[in-house]
Amino acid sequence: MKVPAANVEKAARTNWLAMGAAALMLSGFGVTTAMAQQGKTVKWGAAREIASLDPYSFGETFTLSVLNHVYEGLVRYTGELKIEPALAESWETVSPTVWRFKLRPGVKFHNGNPLTADDVLASLARVTHETSPLKGNLPAYKSSRKIDDLTLEIEVNGPYPLLLNDLTNIYILDKEWMEANNASLPTDSGKGIKGFATDNANGTGPFVVESRRTDSRTVFVANPSWWDKPRHNIARIEFLPITSAATRVAALLSGEIDFTNVAPLQDLQRLSASPEVKVLQTNELRTVIFAMNLKDKLFESDVTDKNPLKDIRVREALYRAIDVDSVQRRAMRGLSRSTGAIVAPAIPGYTAAQEPRLPFDLDGAKKLLADAGYPNGFSFNFNCQSDGLVNEEEFCQAVAAMWARAGLRPNLSLGPRSTQTPKRVKGEFDVISFGWANEPMIDAYSILVQVLRSRSGSGGVFNWGNWGRPDIDALIDKAGVELDNAKRIPLMSEALMIAKREHLFIPMHNQPMAWAMRSTVANTVQASDNKPRFWLTQMR
Amino acid sequence: MLTVALLAFVIFRFVGDPVELMLNEQASQAQRDELRERLGLNRNIAWQFVTFVGNALRGDFGISYRNQQEVFTLIAERFPATFELVMVATLLSLAVGIPLGVYTAIRRGSLLAKALEFVSVLGVSLPSFALGILFILLFSVTLQWLPAFGRGEIVQVGGWSTGFLTPSGRLALILPGITLSLFQITLVMRLVRAEMLETMRTDFIRFARARGLSDKAVHFRYALRNCLMPVVTVTGLQIGNLIAFALVTETVFQWPGMGLLFVQAVTFVDIPVMAAYLMVVSFIFVALNTVVDLLYAYVDPRLREDAVTGAANAR
Repeated sequence: MKVPAANVEKAARTNWLAMGAAALMLSGFGVTTAMAQQGKTVKWGAAREIASLDPYSFGETFTLSVLNHVYEGLVRYTGELKIEPALAESWETVSPTVWRFKLRPGVKFHNGNPLTADDVLASLARVTHETSPLKGNLPAYKSSRKIDDLTLEIEVNGPYPLLLNDLTNIYILDKEWMEANNASLPTDSGKGIKGFATDNANGTGPFVVESRRTDSRTVFVANPSWWDKPRHNIARIEFLPITSAATRVAALLSGEIDFTNVAPLQDLQRLSASPEVKVLQTNELRTVIFAMNLKDKLFESDVTDKNPLKDIRVREALYRAIDVDSVQRRAMRGLSRSTGAIVAPAIPGYTAAQEPRLPFDLDGAKKLLADAGYPNGFSFNFNCQSDGLVNEEEFCQAVAAMWARAGLRPNLSLGPRSTQTPKRVKGEFDVISFGWANEPMIDAYSILVQVLRSRSGSGGVFNWGNWGRPDIDALIDKAGVELDNAKRIPLMSEALMIAKREHLFIPMHNQPMAWAMRSTVANTVQASDNKPRFWLTQMR
Repeated sequence: MLTVALLAFVIFRFVGDPVELMLNEQASQAQRDELRERLGLNRNIAWQFVTFVGNALRGDFGISYRNQQEVFTLIAERFPATFELVMVATLLSLAVGIPLGVYTAIRRGSLLAKALEFVSVLGVSLPSFALGILFILLFSVTLQWLPAFGRGEIVQVGGWSTGFLTPSGRLALILPGITLSLFQITLVMRLVRAEMLETMRTDFIRFARARGLSDKAVHFRYALRNCLMPVVTVTGLQIGNLIAFALVTETVFQWPGMGLLFVQAVTFVDIPVMAAYLMVVSFIFVALNTVVDLLYAYVDPRLREDAVTGAANAR
């Protein structure tokens, strides 16, 4: 079932005409529509729909990564996950808390308006507004001011080394466009008012939104006046969400889509077997660990007077009882990368010393349990999600069985993310499976301050099991204000090493990720942040 | 419908907490609490319920937590897709189910009739998601005749989006239509067959035959007509079911209807969408029941007579 691009184009335009008002709003983009008829089209079958076209409406990595084709930040990540200038041409720190950015001259929004410092200030005001769901993405922001049309300063709360990392995800909107459409404030689910930017977009990025029908198709066309030299030859992206994995695979095999960023692991062999399809498989940044309840009592156990998990010997026993190779082979279908570290190698803070795992040693595990005073084991609650991590259900079941062999009695509680998360947040668990990608900042500071840090102020939001330690906290706080990476990164590595020595967590693996594409896609960049980048993609 | 709304609200207590899914990993605890406060989720359930009903009466279902669009618009946008799919499935089930039912009743015991009955058991027992995927494998991947997902090109007619007017839209209807209707077809067929067998045994059919009427007239004009009452009832009520259960078919075929919207709302704990969806579906059920009752009188003249005499007697 292939429809020639020109036909689709015509049909799409008829639609727009019929929709009158919608056509009006897009009339500024007529040039790009004409251009779309010449170049290549890529049909992108995604596993789900993006939440909105508004980059500040929903702090979800996938939505932001799709919108990055339309909107851009002051800085961006390269295909190798290094930070490079984007809308800002250069920057300097005027004082430890003030950063000065020089904007790239000649950048135009899709509606033709030039990019100025006012646009950046308006965007920063919108994203840090109290009702903005993305407020947390810019935690250190204090204020900003304009120096001249192309220069601005951002002031942060205190010395903060990760401002650039945070800014990669703060996309810049056009001030006049927001004001003209009453969209200067973010949408607020509480008030129940929808926003103009939810269905309309006006960015500076390599692609322009041509049409959007949620759950069916969103069309992006190349931006002919993009400031950067295009390294892609794509004229048109059709974004097609297909929720059902089997249907997505079928659509790829039949040629109805060219690319998917979520190829189901169980179908990789079948996909690779097709001569028309190529599978790109690697490991993503997300590291999967087991985190343990280290409060005074277990949540659900036959040991009621104390918490056995607070004994390092018990934690080591749990660790040694896991046959990670068999988990990797069976539950993860040989595709995960087993690790002894709690952050991926690409994350600053990782060192090779964190990599070795404790060996699988069932007798040793039993002996450790006996030494700790639990020769007959104990029961505990084991909370996993059915729709969270890759093959989470499978690896949790496998590990539960392995712990049972060591004499422990894990009660596996499996459920969808929406029902398991509240229990996790309230600390109603003894062991959980847990995945952390350190996105969007791509720095170990993310897991350190959010997960490892004891709860205080804005730190330790994910410290659900009271596993904080003063020595680690001190290192995190020091790293949080150290601007010199040469000093900052070793501080983080040291904190991670303490966590490793104390077996605060049981590391498992880096998740596999798989993309699949037909031969129509010549090449693309698959970075371990699992974000498709069509501005770096070539079609045949 | 008020009961449905109340039940729905009680259930929502157990589907989870949207706040944890709405904010990203960097949000602080204070931001989480604040959002919960703004959404009114920390209020008690009675307050939430009263607010919801009050707003719903004014036609205001709020905005979706997930994509921040007005819920009413979201559902109104999706309704045509589901409606067209369900209509195709219903027409298919009648157009195929009734003749097959009549055939298996008349030619009871023949090889073909037995084969059809056997296949109908399969139709009843095969879950529609398995069937849908089998269809996709055969017709989209192997034969490449029909699209595996979506609605094809659609045309906007006023507020209604239709797939009937474009070739790709019509092609896209075939697989989901058949998948959704298969259970219906077998249901109608078995119903017609059972009713036909029952009617064929009655005296008036025997008299009709005795009057020397042709087989065709006996079967279709007399026997079938008497079977249609339960068929109308069941089909009418099943339209409601089809709309409600289209969600499985819609998920398999990425059919952008209300069911798909609901499934996504559930995974995201999008309470406004779930609540509104349940209200709309329960409204459709109530409406269909009424319509079916009215149709009775139309199909079965006896009911009309009874109603008239009944009214006369009452007077």
